[in-house]
Amino acid sequence: ASTLVLVEHKNDAVASSTLNAITAATKIGGSVTALVAGSAPDAVAKSVAGLQGVNKVLVAKHDAYAHALPETLAPLIVAATKAGSFTHVVAPHSAFGKNVLPRAAALLDVNQVSDVIGVEGEDTFVRPIYAGNAVATVKSKEPIKVITVRTTAFPAAASGGSASTESAPSADTASPTEWIKEEIAKSDRPELGSAKVVIGGGRGMKNGENFKLLYDLADKLGAAVGASRAAVDAGFVSNDLQIGQTGKIIAPELYIAVGISGAIQHLAGMKDSKCIVAINKDGDAPIFQVADYGLVDDLFKAIPDITSKVDKI
Amino acid sequence: MSLNRVLVPVKRVVDYAVKIRVAGGKVDTNVKHSMNPFDEIAIEEAVRLKEKKLAKEVIALTVGPSKSNETLRTALAMGADRGVHIEVPEGSEVLPLQVAKLIKAVAEKEKPELLLLGKQAIDDDSSQTGQMLAGLLGWPQATFASKVEVAGDKLTVTREVDGGLETIASKLPAVVTTDLRLNEPRYATLPNIMKAKKKKVEKLTPKDLGVDVTPTIETVKVIEPPKRAGGIKVESVDELLSKLKNEARVL
Repeated sequence: ASTLVLVEHKNDAVASSTLNAITAATKIGGSVTALVAGSAPDAVAKSVAGLQGVNKVLVAKHDAYAHALPETLAPLIVAATKAGSFTHVVAPHSAFGKNVLPRAAALLDVNQVSDVIGVEGEDTFVRPIYAGNAVATVKSKEPIKVITVRTTAFPAAASGGSASTESAPSADTASPTEWIKEEIAKSDRPELGSAKVVIGGGRGMKNGENFKLLYDLADKLGAAVGASRAAVDAGFVSNDLQIGQTGKIIAPELYIAVGISGAIQHLAGMKDSKCIVAINKDGDAPIFQVADYGLVDDLFKAIPDITSKVDKI
Repeated sequence: MSLNRVLVPVKRVVDYAVKIRVAGGKVDTNVKHSMNPFDEIAIEEAVRLKEKKLAKEVIALTVGPSKSNETLRTALAMGADRGVHIEVPEGSEVLPLQVAKLIKAVAEKEKPELLLLGKQAIDDDSSQTGQMLAGLLGWPQATFASKVEVAGDKLTVTREVDGGLETIASKLPAVVTTDLRLNEPRYATLPNIMKAKKKKVEKLTPKDLGVDVTPTIETVKVIEPPKRAGGIKVESVDELLSKLKNEARVL
C-alpha cells in the first residue's frame, strides 16, 4: 500500500487532526506521503516532515490554496494521487476533511469510507453508523481507498521523523468560489477536539453567563469547555462548542457533564471518553447510566466547591 | 430575478427518535422511518426561497424503495411543487457516489440553479453525497450551511466549521448542504398533506438514467458498540475528587 494523507493546517501550524490521520495511515501499512497545500506552506511542510511515520512530503504552494477551498484542493488531490499511484487517500473526518475529500473521491470515481475508527487491513475498515449506535466493518472494492478518519480513535503521530520534501504536481487552481471571511473563536484554552479534560454544560446551566462557572474550573484543570445541543439551541453558547452526533466528537481522559441530561445525540459525541463524571440535580437523568462517577447535586453549589478544592488535592 | 428551479434530494431513514437495535448482524430497520432531519432543513430552505419569490419551483427527489414515496409526499406537503422518485428494490443499498450520479443525471435534465441537500444522512452518517455531486457537476459547493443568501446569480453562504463560522461566495449554479441551525423546518399541515397527494411524482429507475448502482463497498458485519459498564454515585464533592484522584487517577 502507499497512502497519501491530506494535511490540515492553520496559521502556520499543523492541526492536531493531521497527527491522528497520519497514525491511521501508518496502520494501513506501506509508505505514507503527506500533502501540504497552502499559500505559504513551507513552515507546515517542515513540521510534517519531522513527524514519525511520514516518508515523504509533497508541497503545493499557490494562493488558490490559502483557504482550503474544495474546488481547488480536490483537483490537486486527484493530480497527486494519479502521479504517485497512491492506493489510499486519507484525511481527518473534521469539517475540513469532510468538505474536501468526498469531492476528490468523486473526481477519482470511487466511493469513500467515512469516519473510520479502525483499520483491519488494506481494504477493511471499521466505522460507526447510526450515530455510533452500531459499528460496521466494511470492505472497499474500490481501486483507490479514500477514507476519512475519526481523530479520537487514533493516537497522535509523534515528532522525530525526517521525511524528504518535494513539490506536488500542479493542478487546475481556478476556483468558482471566493472566500470572504471567518469568525473563529479565539481562546487560550485547549482545543475541544484534543483536550485531555473537557467540561460540558447543558440546559441546567440556565444561561450563558453561568458558563463562567465552568470556565473558572476549566482554567484550574487546563480543560476545554463544551456544551450539549440543548445549551447551544437555547443560545447559551456558540455552536462550535457543541459536543454530540452533529457537533464535535470527543474522547478525553476526563469528561465532566454538568447540568446535562444525556440525550442520545449528546452521548454519541462523548461516550468514548475514558472517565465520565456527571453532575446533575435530577438523579434519574440518563447521563448517570454512562457516568463512571455521578454526583446528584445542585451544580451551582457543586461546581464552585470543586473549583475551590481542586487546588488542594 | 429569481431562480427557476431548486432541486432538493431527500432520504427516507430510520426515525431519529427510534432506539437502534442490532440483531442478526444488522441494524433492525423494521421500525418507524421518516425524512432525514437535515433533508427537512433543506426542503424548508428551498420552500422559503420560493415564498420570498427568490425561486419559482422546488423539486424534491429521492432514491429509495417504493416506501420512499412517503418521504417524497412529506416534502411535497412541506411545499415542494413536484417529485422525482428513483426507485430501487427494497433492501438494496445505494452508495453516496451512485446517489450523486443519479442526482446529477436528473440535474442535467431539470437544470436547477441550486441543489440543496442535507449535510449527512443519520443512518450511514457518511456526509459525502453533496460534495460528490458538486465535484461531478464541476459546481461550487458550500457545505454545512447555517445561512444561505441568494441575490441574482450570486450565492453567499455562512458555513459551520471547526472553531466557528466561515463565509464564502460563489456564482450559481451551486450545491449547498444544510447544517442544523440553518432553519427550523415546518410541520406539514393536514390541508397541505391532502394537497400533496395531487402533486406530480415522476418515477424513474437507475437504468433509465444509465447509472450502475452496484455497491463497491461491502458491509462485512454490524455489531453493537461496547457498552459502558455502569458507574457509581458519589455522595459529595469531596468523595468525587478523592475518587478521581485515587481511583480513576485523572486528576
